[in-house]
Amino acid sequence: MTTVPSTASGIASAVSSGSVSARSVVDAHLERIATRDGDIHAFNLVTADEARAHADAIDADIAAGRPVGPLAGVPIALKDNLCTHGIDTTCSSKILEGWKPPYDATVVSRLRAAGAISVGKTNLDEFAMGSSTENSAFGPTKNPLDLSRVPGGSSGGSAAAVAAGFAPVSLGSDTGGSIRQPAALCGVVGVKPTYGMVSRYGLVAYASSLDQIGPFATTVSDAALITEVIAGHDPMDSTSIPQPAPSLVGAVTQGVAGMRIGRVTDLPGGAEPEVMERLNAAFDALAAAGATIVDITLPSLSYALTAYYLIAPAEASSNLARFDGVRYGLRVNAADTNAMYGATRAAGFGDEVKRRIMLGTYALSAGYYDAYYGKALKVRRIIAQDFDAAYKNVDAIVIPTSPLVAFKAGDKVDDPMAMYLCDIYTIPTNLAGHPAMSVPFGTGAHNLPVGMQVLAPALGEVAMFRVGGALEAAGGAQ
Amino acid sequence: MTQSGSPISAADVAKVARLARLDIDDAQVEHFTEQLGKVMGHFGDIDALDLSAVEPMTQPYPLVNVMREDVELPTLDTDEVLAAAPAAEERRFRVPPIIGLDG
Amino acid sequence: MSDSTLSSIVATEDQLLPGGWEMIVGLEVHVELATRTKLFSGSPNRFGDEPNVNIDPVTLGLPGALPVLNKQAVELAMRIGLALNCRIQKCIFHRKNYFYPDQPKAYQISQYDLPLNADGFLALPSGTVVGIERAHLEEDTGKSTHVGGSTGRIHGSDYSLMDFNRAGVPLVEIVSRPDIRTSEQAKEYVAELRAILEAIGASDAKMEEGSMRCDANVSVHKIGTPFGTRCEIKNVNSIRALGRAIDYEARRQIDVLDSGGTIRQETRHWDDAEGRTHTLRTKEDADDYRYFPEPDLVTLDPSAEWIESVRQSLPPLPAARRAMLQELTGYDPQSEAVIVAVERGQHEYVKAIAEAGGDPVKALIYVTQAFAEAGAQPAVPPADIAALTILERDNKLSATQAKTVLAEIVANGGGDAVAIAAAKGFEAMDTTAVEAMVDEAIAADPDAWAKYCAGEEKAAGAIVGRVMKASKGKADGKIVSAIMQSRRGL
Repeated sequence: MTTVPSTASGIASAVSSGSVSARSVVDAHLERIATRDGDIHAFNLVTADEARAHADAIDADIAAGRPVGPLAGVPIALKDNLCTHGIDTTCSSKILEGWKPPYDATVVSRLRAAGAISVGKTNLDEFAMGSSTENSAFGPTKNPLDLSRVPGGSSGGSAAAVAAGFAPVSLGSDTGGSIRQPAALCGVVGVKPTYGMVSRYGLVAYASSLDQIGPFATTVSDAALITEVIAGHDPMDSTSIPQPAPSLVGAVTQGVAGMRIGRVTDLPGGAEPEVMERLNAAFDALAAAGATIVDITLPSLSYALTAYYLIAPAEASSNLARFDGVRYGLRVNAADTNAMYGATRAAGFGDEVKRRIMLGTYALSAGYYDAYYGKALKVRRIIAQDFDAAYKNVDAIVIPTSPLVAFKAGDKVDDPMAMYLCDIYTIPTNLAGHPAMSVPFGTGAHNLPVGMQVLAPALGEVAMFRVGGALEAAGGAQ
Repeated sequence: MTQSGSPISAADVAKVARLARLDIDDAQVEHFTEQLGKVMGHFGDIDALDLSAVEPMTQPYPLVNVMREDVELPTLDTDEVLAAAPAAEERRFRVPPIIGLDG
Repeated sequence: MSDSTLSSIVATEDQLLPGGWEMIVGLEVHVELATRTKLFSGSPNRFGDEPNVNIDPVTLGLPGALPVLNKQAVELAMRIGLALNCRIQKCIFHRKNYFYPDQPKAYQISQYDLPLNADGFLALPSGTVVGIERAHLEEDTGKSTHVGGSTGRIHGSDYSLMDFNRAGVPLVEIVSRPDIRTSEQAKEYVAELRAILEAIGASDAKMEEGSMRCDANVSVHKIGTPFGTRCEIKNVNSIRALGRAIDYEARRQIDVLDSGGTIRQETRHWDDAEGRTHTLRTKEDADDYRYFPEPDLVTLDPSAEWIESVRQSLPPLPAARRAMLQELTGYDPQSEAVIVAVERGQHEYVKAIAEAGGDPVKALIYVTQAFAEAGAQPAVPPADIAALTILERDNKLSATQAKTVLAEIVANGGGDAVAIAAAKGFEAMDTTAVEAMVDEAIAADPDAWAKYCAGEEKAAGAIVGRVMKASKGKADGKIVSAIMQSRRGL
């Protein structure tokens, strides 16, 4: 039996060279899914037939000598808030249960063109609102490393799928940390690109000025490879940066000699001591690899949580208003349209979604706009200015991804504020629109993985992947 | 701020639920008021900041004049779209009587 | 804000309503732009297709859809702004959030405190200058049909059917300042605006087809007192209905105030069949729109070069066109013939006839009389019409004869006026021959002639009749009258 390589780049070269068939790769991964996903619930939907058919088509192309893309034969899992034509896209919400989009998201089209094979749609916190994937209307996802714990969220299904070996790579979305935090909790790599680097066309919007799509992977190289394929200007997205996809794989092994890496001395507290120990170890490793560590401050960082929990719900309250039972999705019948709206949305949305819609509606409402939403937009600017000032002196910044390791299921569901605090280190980069990635770096409490977060300025992906690659190379050994 | 000092009152919650077309009962209003109150209590931290000279930041990456040419692009298949509709009749989306709404 | 900052115009004595009431009117006009595709997506902007065919993810408000601004819509909106003497400025888009089944995203992308065009004016042909507060871009809604019930309206219907072909069509909303003081001015404003929009190619602006929609804000007060509470009137589907609706509403408000009542700020629906307005909804019930900047669109900042090129591309506006005809023909720009010719876009055709050597005044009259449906470029070569005008001007044909020849030229898409006249037996009647016929007619009816000489103008008819009969209609009536007058010697 041929060994299936464990990385996307390994699979891609094995398949294109003919040493292993795309079909055998897909079968192997579908087998793992069938064996273990019953316990983990990473997937809302496994698209086995489609995956096999796609693999067969790629094998036929290779046999006939026709050109195939750089990801030919690579299985990938897609977060269930990415539109896939003719395939259920539920956002893990009752209000979209059974909905099949009539179009593909741009990232989905680009992956298909590259030859990647989707094996299914992964579970998430409903409409990407959450940090544990416990807010899904279709049941939670478990952390593959410890089934009694959460995988993080909102892209918990995509993180778990990669951690469990169901696919070498997957896509998630990140609005306040929803790729990076689950990556840290599951011990995999997760990347949020610069805002505007990856098209949002076909991503069901949560907060329009914060959302970005990005990859999960087991290696930094694979994450760079996927980012190269999905990034680059898209005319269907007005906020898409008018540049082609950058070249990133080479940066991963470039090393950090001569780079200046920032250590934030006024980081908001609350992280577990083991997480802070890992942070110190990370700086040691980077210094040993030739980087200069520079102390910096980000004085407004502690206000980021407030700004985020005003801006994101405000935009979400507007983005989710289209779910009204008129054109698609759930409809609860009523005597008139107005009543139909209220009944449909009450039945279709879970509690966390309702909370954020109400919070956002309040922040935008007459008389409150200036005090809440308007003010939050200004706080956003001073946070971005803090980063700009810091990046005059450093090329990248390293902080923890998550203040804590994977927590027990049920621990925080009844305390929204406690859940929100999981994102204190990831939120600032969404507000500023900067890229950031989480790289596994050893273990913390209960032997659970700890992720280190590398931050870079806008369009600073090369610097980010250099530092990420160096951390990975250092191994995270304690 | 309400008299009790909590940043959001049950009346506020009921009002935004109506604005957002979310039917919630009295028990839920009370429950959400408590939860939202705790969350919003945290927001007092930004009151201390002097933001008078700061411009709001609505978009992280400053692009200007992004436009497309006035050329037709492929449309969606009407049958496929109507098949996904909760109710359709005569090639249109059917809804209950439209009363009680601003139009 | 004090009323004088809203409007500084004061009605003249004859513009006041009985009782000394001054009417204050502002108009909001929505115009559909003549683009090929929608404002934020590439579906066709087309009227009359099968329902729900011009659709895409953006039009339907599907999850994951994103808007991308149509450059031609911006160009046309800028033309409107310049034609209305506005300042074009850096601007952004806002979301206006409200639930309605014809609003697929449950928000409309519009412009709020930073519109593309601001602070312009429209000079009415009669002289009043109406301020334009803003002219901004926004997207149109879908269309609903109400089924069941007896009126086809929402009230009493069993259900409604939604068609999203129109959703996303580009609109410009033009908001005037409350500078209008009579229903006549309001009608004039809309007519002139329509003519401008057509002239610049921004829209075909047809109220009856819905490509131009007009809402009126009406209030009344006595001069020297603060402006009154205003009501918004919707469902006005023609210029004539606009005048009737404004007059009705002003009188309704005066009646309420005269009997000691107060005006409630509300939106009212004009019922043209009944000739009255009734309450649609009160402002207290209005949604809080929760405007915030549209995060999916970026700043629009037209360059000075672009603005200038749009300005250069503007054709002469109706006022300039009327002035051209005035210079050409000597006619008052307010005269019916000039207004009609410009409205139809036939001013250039009249000018072409004059340039082909034709008589400008006769050209104007012929064109307005004979080419009602022919559009801006009638198929008849201007030189042919020019020749005919010269024949009539030189008295080689009578007015009646000229009209007959014109009809034939029009029917045939052209023709040689001289040849046609000859073929019909129309000839220049020699003046001497006419004189002889007049003298014979006088001799034949001395009583009529005596009365005419005594000053009874009506008695001329008998003499003229005899001359026309004798000449078989070929004598030119004007020449007969001239001869009679000189014989009378007065």
